[in-house]
Amino acid sequence: MTLADLKRGQQGIITDVSSSHIPLKLLEMGCLPGNTVELVQVAPFADPMYLNINGSHLAIRKETAVHILIEFEDE
Amino acid sequence: MSKQINVALIGNPNTGKTSVFNALTGLNQKVGNYPGITVDKKQGICKLPRGVKAHIIDLPGTYSLNASSLDENVVIELLLNKNDKDFPDVAVVVTDVENLKRNLLLFTQIKDLEIPTILVINMSDRMAYKGISLDIAHLEEQLKTKIALISTRKNTGISELKELITNYKALSTEPCMNAASIDKDYFTALQKAFPNQLLYKLWLVITQDVNFGKTNRQTIEAVSDFKTKSKADLKRLQQKETIKRYQFINNVLKKGRTIDLASAKDLRIRLDRILTHKVWGYLIFGLILLLIFQAIYDWAQVPMEFIDGAFASLSNWTKNVLPDGAFTDLIAEGVIPGLGGIVIFIPQIAFLFLFIAILEESGYMSRVVFLMDRIMRRFGLSGKSVVPLISGTACAIPAVMATRNIESWKERLITILVTPFTTCSARLPVYLIIIALVIPEGRFLGLSYQALTLMLLYLIGFGAAVGSAYVLSKVLKIKSRSFLVIEMPNYKLPLFKNVAITVIEKTKTFVFEAGKIILAISIVLWFLASYGPGEQFNNAETIVQQANPNLTEEVLNDRVAEHKLEHSYIGIIGKSIEPVIQPLGYDWKIGIGLVTSFAAREVFVGTLATIYSIGSATEIDDEDEAMSTIKNRMAEEVYSDGSKVFTLSSGISLLLFYAFAMQCMSTLAIVKRETNSWKWPIYQLVIMTGIAYFIALTAFQILK
Ligand SMILES: Nc1nc2c(ncn2[C@@H]2O[C@H](COP(=O)(O)OP(=O)(O)O)[C@@H](O)[C@H]2O)c(=O)[nH]1
Ligand SMILES: [Mg+2]
Repeated sequence: MTLADLKRGQQGIITDVSSSHIPLKLLEMGCLPGNTVELVQVAPFADPMYLNINGSHLAIRKETAVHILIEFEDE
Repeated sequence: MSKQINVALIGNPNTGKTSVFNALTGLNQKVGNYPGITVDKKQGICKLPRGVKAHIIDLPGTYSLNASSLDENVVIELLLNKNDKDFPDVAVVVTDVENLKRNLLLFTQIKDLEIPTILVINMSDRMAYKGISLDIAHLEEQLKTKIALISTRKNTGISELKELITNYKALSTEPCMNAASIDKDYFTALQKAFPNQLLYKLWLVITQDVNFGKTNRQTIEAVSDFKTKSKADLKRLQQKETIKRYQFINNVLKKGRTIDLASAKDLRIRLDRILTHKVWGYLIFGLILLLIFQAIYDWAQVPMEFIDGAFASLSNWTKNVLPDGAFTDLIAEGVIPGLGGIVIFIPQIAFLFLFIAILEESGYMSRVVFLMDRIMRRFGLSGKSVVPLISGTACAIPAVMATRNIESWKERLITILVTPFTTCSARLPVYLIIIALVIPEGRFLGLSYQALTLMLLYLIGFGAAVGSAYVLSKVLKIKSRSFLVIEMPNYKLPLFKNVAITVIEKTKTFVFEAGKIILAISIVLWFLASYGPGEQFNNAETIVQQANPNLTEEVLNDRVAEHKLEHSYIGIIGKSIEPVIQPLGYDWKIGIGLVTSFAAREVFVGTLATIYSIGSATEIDDEDEAMSTIKNRMAEEVYSDGSKVFTLSSGISLLLFYAFAMQCMSTLAIVKRETNSWKWPIYQLVIMTGIAYFIALTAFQILK
């Protein structure tokens, strides 16, 4: 599944980011494999998405979020 | 004079660079531009212990040395160019204790450039609140640097920072991690090809288009025994670099920082639940907008009236004190009203910047971007276009400059092109006088027709901006991937000092930049209206007297003045464009106003004031009386067949013309600078004025 499938308040772990579709800036802000990501808030139509990636708070558009693969944390 | 130490403040956005800068320099600073581009360059002087002085630059915020915007490029170009006169003797990297991990990424890159570096960990006042504690000695050892733990809010640690800057020679220049570990083979080959160059510097040159000294990408690619990689490969390596750096930072922080989550509190979550809410969020944003408009158009009136009055009495006073003559006229009727025309906008501009500074400082602006992005994107804009569009209601110049942080070139360009449609404060004087003249009094649902007209004009301006953005997004064939990455910073109480300095600096820039032009125009205008070629102008008195021998002295003076104006240089210009503007319902006097107000819209009212007061020899003492006198004179204006010049139809045509036309030289100049070509401002001028002409023509022909 991808980041775009998260529901508000849910958490996941980033497993892969397709570097050709993702601006480098986003990686530099901490959006890297292995980091946990939480969906803090969504705007209407779930776009953009307000994320908390390992303590970094940022917003991205849904069209970017679909290029970030995640899985749920093993409880 | 002893040598100054060059200090560069570098860091991610929102870490407090500007606060540190203000703490070090106070008001001892000036804002300029980097050559060729309009990125603010803030520099100042700081007195250090033992009589040493430091020259400090506040660099634009950047997340890394991989530039993705104009602002960020400035940082790299400075750090890579040893010959730049501002090249730092010491780099001060400012970080926020709450975002240390992300902030350190940039720090490790700068260390790789082997520049002496001090690490400032700012916002130490938040540590207790967030349950953070740091092992400074461990961090200093691992990061091979000296650390200043400071709080610009509580004013702690500043003197320690000054002490560290003074002793910058003692700082280590050793990198804290090994750049070659990103890709051993590649970097070994690179170093072999350029044995005398710094490895990380080479890497930066390869991965981006920056210029520094002799080495640029072409020269690296030209070395035959070294193979460069494809773009995609390079990007993969950059990603690997980022991962490596984070691994290093995580290791350092594991021992160097502990966070006691139990004692951490978070205001953000509670506030964001409301401020970014699907309903409440928009409602609150709407209320804030109302408050801003209220301030700009209501509260600002008080100081504006005061300024207006002050300049009017100054003008009268000058006339009384100085001896009669051309020079006095120039001062009293040209220069002083011209200056007044600039100063009068200070309250509105200052209010606007006050609000914008508070919204930016508090962290709320990012939430606006978040809320508005989706809606704005429908029209080819970005969430980040909202700030320019709001600023545009005061003045398009700062608004165009505020587009710089929009990542996508297409979205940025469209924002720049449509912003001048929003109703700026310079249109207001024009609207007010014409509305008062042609819109009847009376009320509809408790609102006066005049107020409704004004509101409608605002809506038209905003609609034109959004509508043309939509058209442009379909028409412009620019390939530029649109994406949005925006940090959502913590909410903070704005620092009074920061807000005050921003308001003062921005207002100052506006006054001087726009002021120069308006002043020049009003002087030129005065000359053109006071002189003319040939008999008709020079012998006006005799000519009028001969034609009408039986006039009283007062009426005669009026007629003479009018005759003179008609045959002055400006009158000739007005007459010559009359055929073009007649279908819109304007006479040659309005034509003069259109021509002069091409420089800046607010000049229109000033021009009419000049024209009608030159036309009328009657003395005007009181300011209110002066205004109503101009209004009365305008209302009395008739064509030779006796029909009125200012009617409902010609008035509405004029209002619509000003709503759409690109009547502002300063905006064109700033658009040229920001887009780096004359192409866009020329399109803007031709298309906007074309639309204005067409709509004004249609309106007049229908209503007539
Ligand atoms: N709590 C706290 N807030 C600070 C401190 N220094 C700056 N700020 C706030 O952090 C925000 C960003 O500061 P600014 O200097 O504009 O950062 P810049 O973007 O790096 O120039 C502002 O809201 C400041 O008021 C500090 O020491 N403590
Ligand atoms: Mg700043």
